[in-house]
Amino acid sequence: MGNVSSADAFVEFERVQKSYDGETLVVKDLNLSMPKGEFLTMLGPSGSGKTTCLMMLAGFETATHGEIRLDGREINNIPPHKRGIGMVFQNYALFPHMTVAENLAFPLEVRKISKTDREAKVKRALNMVQMDDFGARRPAQLSGGQQQRVALARALVFDPTLVLMDEPLGALDKQLREHMQYEIKHLHENLGITVVYVTHDQSEALTMSDRVAVFNDGVIQQLAPPDDLYERPHNSFVAQFIGENNKLPGTVKGRSGDIIHVEFNDGEHCQALAVQAVSEGEPTLISIRPERVSVGRDDLTNSTDARVLELIYLGDHIRCRMDVHGNDQFIVKLPNGAAKVPLSVGELTKVGWAAEDARALDPL
Amino acid sequence: MQADTTLLTTADGQPLKAALKSAASKAKRRAFYLVAPLLAFVLITFIFPIGQMLHQSVYNPDFTIHEDKGTKIQTPIMVNLQVWFRETEIGTVPDEAAFAALVSDLIQLRELRGQGEVGTRINYDVPGTRSLFTKSARRAAKLEAPFKEAVLDLDEDWADPELWQAMRTAASPYTMNFYLAALDMRRSETGEIVAVAENRQIRVKLFSRTLTLSIIITLTCFLLAFPIAHLLATLPLRYSNLLMILVLLPFWTSLLVRTTSWIVLLQSQGVLNDILVSLGIVGANGRVQLIYNEIGTVIAMTHILLPFMVLPLFSVMRTINPSYVRAARSLGATSWTAFRRIYLPQCVPGIGAGALLVFILAVGYYITPALVGGAKGTLISNEIAFHMTDSLNWSLAAALAALLLAGVLALYWLYDRLVGIDNLKLG
Ligand SMILES: Nc1ncnc2c1ncn2[C@@H]1O[C@H](COP(=O)(O)OP(=O)(O)OP(=O)(O)O)[C@@H](O)[C@H]1O
Ligand SMILES: [Mg+2]
Repeated sequence: MGNVSSADAFVEFERVQKSYDGETLVVKDLNLSMPKGEFLTMLGPSGSGKTTCLMMLAGFETATHGEIRLDGREINNIPPHKRGIGMVFQNYALFPHMTVAENLAFPLEVRKISKTDREAKVKRALNMVQMDDFGARRPAQLSGGQQQRVALARALVFDPTLVLMDEPLGALDKQLREHMQYEIKHLHENLGITVVYVTHDQSEALTMSDRVAVFNDGVIQQLAPPDDLYERPHNSFVAQFIGENNKLPGTVKGRSGDIIHVEFNDGEHCQALAVQAVSEGEPTLISIRPERVSVGRDDLTNSTDARVLELIYLGDHIRCRMDVHGNDQFIVKLPNGAAKVPLSVGELTKVGWAAEDARALDPL
Repeated sequence: MQADTTLLTTADGQPLKAALKSAASKAKRRAFYLVAPLLAFVLITFIFPIGQMLHQSVYNPDFTIHEDKGTKIQTPIMVNLQVWFRETEIGTVPDEAAFAALVSDLIQLRELRGQGEVGTRINYDVPGTRSLFTKSARRAAKLEAPFKEAVLDLDEDWADPELWQAMRTAASPYTMNFYLAALDMRRSETGEIVAVAENRQIRVKLFSRTLTLSIIITLTCFLLAFPIAHLLATLPLRYSNLLMILVLLPFWTSLLVRTTSWIVLLQSQGVLNDILVSLGIVGANGRVQLIYNEIGTVIAMTHILLPFMVLPLFSVMRTINPSYVRAARSLGATSWTAFRRIYLPQCVPGIGAGALLVFILAVGYYITPALVGGAKGTLISNEIAFHMTDSLNWSLAAALAALLLAGVLALYWLYDRLVGIDNLKLG
């Protein structure tokens, strides 16, 4: 899948651990390698260690154990200002006592770039984020979205090869956030930079990234391209964290190749793809995406009775809550197209899914 | 800008500006009622006494009006001399008429028992003349014409033109002479402004010493307070609270206790000198003079004024998000550059407030320099106190205080021009 060999890795975490207090590990055994030019997103719930990883990469926190390498060079002992990494902070951290242009010129000044070059670069960077006319303003005189763009321009103006962004869009409204997502993505493509992006918004992670690292409890749960992550989650945490997901607890009864035989708590049976639980007698959790469930067909491997509990009209599709195998939160998405199936609340119908779409994961 | 735009009006046709004004004025009025008690308090206890003081610095009626201590009845005195002064020019050599006026005035003084105050008043300008007045008043009744000879017979100091010039200026109660005296100047016998004798020029020296010591104290306070405030703002709460208590501890003990403990520490037989001697850094008879001079004043006052620098600095530093410095570092700045270009500029409001506070307090400080300053470390405030309590020359004390006030206001104005007073953050 997304594994990169060590040779062409640009950013590399090897067996990295981090503890703030000497009692608990905030990051546990992190292994990650990124090729040049990749857009990698760290996604995870609050407190899962994403910012900590970013801070270790930027040099503001030291790893308690393990090695961090940048372009083949170990950087554990290199101070932040020598790492040449651009960074966009969650609160933008634009210097309040400087104008926008001075903010942008700052990284160039400390690099002793001549005044004329500096001005040209600042102008180009402002143009890149469409903020040409705002050079003389103070950060306090800008809107949130404008500040965000300036912060982005400042992180890019000194041509770093690696840019870190810690929830840069967290403070923006939905529309502006989506707009900025495209702009960041375009900048990444046009400039060929490597980006490590932190967010806890899953749709942001899925739309922008080449690969997504799902964090929980200081461990990368899964590192994969967005489509893999959504369609082939490795464990129940990922399945539940990314997108919508129907959970059916059961017990493994038998196995043939990749397909296992599962018995649900209500005594019914089902075929599923073995992802985690493999041996007989173990408890498992079957995960099925709502859009992979077919309604009104009984010609599928896994076909069962379902009672319609609730119908919600959402324009392009209809969301249907059902009772399946004793789970009354079973969600099915019915496309609102020509082939739409008429259902009414209380009706008994058949639902089914392919064995490959039912993924047997670890029990929660 | 656009003069031809039509006037904006509210829905019922009122001009918008007027409507806004009347809407705002109600809120303003209410706010005014709230501050009115404070305003009255400030007016009565602060503005009024300062006005009194400024008046006193240019007005001294001791030579023209006598007030009876018991009955409080006011009587005009020295009237005959005043007439003579009015009729003659500055620098006129006193003639028979002048001495006749003097004698009749002295007789009146003797009856009122007012020769002491008048003598004191002239003594301010011409030292050593108080006894001349008391002695002459006692004998004035017995004198006979020609008065000039009789008076000069009594004491030939009466021929001193300087004395006559002093009486001439004192004859009008409004005078700028106290300001001249505060600046080590006086009027010569011909009425010109000249410097006083070199060995009597002390006040300008005191002013300049006050200024230099206050600047030094402000600087040392800043140098000591900056790291403390930074620690306070960045340490975990547990430690910063402890540190804050240490910073505020001086406030919990009496000023006198703190100052005297410095005497114990710094005097030549004190703790510090003992340590220096026992370490062999200085010899037993080479003990360092650390107190009763400028050093003592600077050390003790820095200690006492330190919290006034720490607190404003701390309150500003606390609001500076650490991500600014991090951002600067990630952009390639060394920690020194990040400090100088990013952290320090954001501390300026606190630095300004703390420096202004410490400087103004230091300029007017009295107790500490009086206790530990000795002869070389006293400040202008000690001179003011001396004239208020010992020499009882209140007008001179007022003139000195007014000059100090003017200096502080000038400084405030300068600060406003350089940093902007709206940038001030006191806590
Ligand atoms: N300076 C610190 N000292 C001690 N503990 C810390 C420190 N910074 C973070 N932690 C702890 O480390 C854990 C991970 O924090 P981190 O900031 O990396 O989370 P995050 O994934 O970025 O969360 P969020 O999405 O809320 O930003 C948290 O439990 C947090 O309490
Ligand atoms: Mg975070």
